Amino acid sequence: MEQIPVLQLRGITKCFGEVLANDQVDFDLYPGEIHVLLGENGAGKSTLMNVIYGLSTPDAGTIFFEGSSVQIDRPRTAIDHGINMVHQHFMLIPVFTVAENIMLGDEVTRGWSLDRKRAYQEIQQLSEDYGLQLDMEARIENLSVGLQQRVEIMKALYRKTRVLILDEPTAVLTPQEVDDLFEVMHQLIRKGISIILITHKLREVMHIASRITVMRRGRVIGTTSPAKSNEGELAAMMVGRQVTLQFEKTPLQTQEVVLDVQELTVSDEQDREVVHRVSFQVRAGEILGIAGVQGNGQSEMALALSGLRPFKRGRLCLSGKEMTSLNPRALMNHGLAHIPEDRQKHGLVLPYSVADNQILNTYHHFPFSSFLQRHQQAVLTNSNQLIDQYDIRASGPGSPVSTLSGGNQQKVIISRELNRDICCLLANQPTRGLDVGSIEYIHQQILKLRDQGVAVLLISSELDEIMSLADTIAVMYCGKIVMNTPADQLTKEQLGAIMAGS
Amino acid sequence: MFQWKKVFKSVWFFIFLIFLLILWSYFHYPVVTVAVLASALRQSTPLALGALCGLIGERSGVINIGMEGQMLLSAFLGFLVSVWTGNLLFAVLAGVMTGALTGLLLAFMSVTLRIDQIIGGTVINILAFGLTGYFYQVGLSTKGKLQPISLGPLQDIPLLGPVLFNNPPITYLTLLLVLVMHYLLFYTRWGLRTRAVGEHPRAVDTLGINVFFMRYANVVLGGAIAGLAGAFLTLEAVGSFERGMTNGRGFVALAVMIFGKWTPIGSWGAALLFGFAISLQTQLQFGGLITIPHQFIGMLPYLLTVIVLAGFVGRARPPASIGMPYTKE
Repeated sequence: MEQIPVLQLRGITKCFGEVLANDQVDFDLYPGEIHVLLGENGAGKSTLMNVIYGLSTPDAGTIFFEGSSVQIDRPRTAIDHGINMVHQHFMLIPVFTVAENIMLGDEVTRGWSLDRKRAYQEIQQLSEDYGLQLDMEARIENLSVGLQQRVEIMKALYRKTRVLILDEPTAVLTPQEVDDLFEVMHQLIRKGISIILITHKLREVMHIASRITVMRRGRVIGTTSPAKSNEGELAAMMVGRQVTLQFEKTPLQTQEVVLDVQELTVSDEQDREVVHRVSFQVRAGEILGIAGVQGNGQSEMALALSGLRPFKRGRLCLSGKEMTSLNPRALMNHGLAHIPEDRQKHGLVLPYSVADNQILNTYHHFPFSSFLQRHQQAVLTNSNQLIDQYDIRASGPGSPVSTLSGGNQQKVIISRELNRDICCLLANQPTRGLDVGSIEYIHQQILKLRDQGVAVLLISSELDEIMSLADTIAVMYCGKIVMNTPADQLTKEQLGAIMAGS
Repeated sequence: MFQWKKVFKSVWFFIFLIFLLILWSYFHYPVVTVAVLASALRQSTPLALGALCGLIGERSGVINIGMEGQMLLSAFLGFLVSVWTGNLLFAVLAGVMTGALTGLLLAFMSVTLRIDQIIGGTVINILAFGLTGYFYQVGLSTKGKLQPISLGPLQDIPLLGPVLFNNPPITYLTLLLVLVMHYLLFYTRWGLRTRAVGEHPRAVDTLGINVFFMRYANVVLGGAIAGLAGAFLTLEAVGSFERGMTNGRGFVALAVMIFGKWTPIGSWGAALLFGFAISLQTQLQFGGLITIPHQFIGMLPYLLTVIVLAGFVGRARPPASIGMPYTKE
């Protein structure tokens, strides 16, 4: 079919200092298609989208909108052309209502006043046309993430969008919400809206894309479609080499129990019991995968096990020694390593340097300090060594950890936690929000530990992760362990059903 | 089930109590009551104006602790223009312009240069104290101050008439401004955008609204209002200038603004309460009604604040991004 692309990019180039974020990028978007832009973090996807949306101006290159060359130098121009973007971090005002957020910037007025009534009618009409139910008067801060995203999409529809850019829309959603979103996306393309979907989740790509363009290090590597490609090939295009998505594992040699949790009960901030009498054991050289939809008590359990939240009831033994209610440092000294769920909140001190973050749990020991003095040289040597060993992409040990990409931040945590004798690793969502290359790396590290005889407790809501790593799988549902079986006796479908509570 | 506890904690209950108190007092001491209430309104005027200045700045994301300086400088320049030209209208306009210019300075420092906003405000305060102290000459005299305008028959209403309808122009203007600002902030496009900029500037930017312009405009407008407060002090209340005559009103106005939960009408109510406490204190000290040491009576406004803040005003939430300079990526 011969159609004019609604949006056409030719030779887009954008430099940030020394770094070439976009290098001669060509990109076509046809009416009514979902064009996936795939790439690792830092591949230049976001930069390209900012260029389209007028948030940054390219150093070279041309943008054609419906066949004619256009200058998009600020978001207003993009919006006027019908280009809208749903950012990864939502651009909503938490204390405003749904309707206020939708009309902000394109308000309907009567005289001097806002014409709320007419705006409501227009939004209501749209929400019926597209089957997106929303409560106009609800405050954004009281809505779930999925609904907030719906508001973002409504914002675009309200501005009569032709081209909708979705920047990693599924990163924050539950599986159910992802399905809903995909349904909405199909709705939109049926109405002739074109969608650019930025993501690095391969499975979703195969599921929803019309066409796929892969970027790596600022360049377009190629354009393909789900029919002509497969996950492995796409991963290889993204990373630039073959990526292992499945691992060969040596059979489990059952040894002595390292982590022993008995009858653990934990409460949340509001003093509700969110973990009820949970018991499990992890042996040396075993990975126990705890699957489950987010919010079934996993977070609180992980915090309790790492000493960050009190036990209401229950016991914790590490290598046969009683560890109940010890503080995090004591647990750490007994060989517990912790990869926290929220790496920016619990894992790192963001303004600190890479080097300082790498000694957060050992700074008080020789060689990093003695009595009152800190030995900067030892800290730097340690950091340089770890940066090499774990392939952390940072401009140096002194660069603030906040300037690193998510994958590299996670590597900093892992380099810190694994750089000492440990007997047990508690990994909570270790690969959330990371790209394939980093995921592969982190999976390899976890498997390496397992083979060294470390007991690993892996908490994850990614089914694939649990299936490919765990020796034993337990499922958490409503604060209880509802199943605990060897991994090879389960299929993905069964696991999904149990996670959903059936 | 009727919830008495909720009623006791509500602001309306408090207002009702004050209303009863005023009525009781009016029947027993009519002259004193009218005097106290009229004085309360006058005392509240600079505070209400200051709070309006502070709140539109903060609603757009810029903290303004330089109000004290803005008022002082405007009071001084308004006074000088009054001395030179003898025209009170010109003098008021000069005060307003001075306030707007200091607002421009604050906006330049905190929006363009991205200096810490507390420092920026402090700079203005120090500047104002320095400049007015240096250029002030003793013995300047003016041809008087703004006089009360009585609103004809309205003035004859008992209690309300002499309190509300026989005031000088800036006091009337303040009442009007409170209403106008409330409308502007909550019912217009400008207001919606202003509040959005103070909450989440990046979101506003992605919608094609100019964050810097919104902040500049609001801080300059706020400065003009603070300028009016300054003009009130020299041209309407006192009629002459003294060193440091703002006497902390700029800072009290900040408290009033928070007290009023960053809303114009709320702030006006808070300003009235402060004004009432101040005039009551004055009345008690000089009226000889009570014979306890005046230091204790001097505490009254502050004591009242503490009680009201603790008991009657719920938790207030400031705009999310105040104090944070905005940078484009």
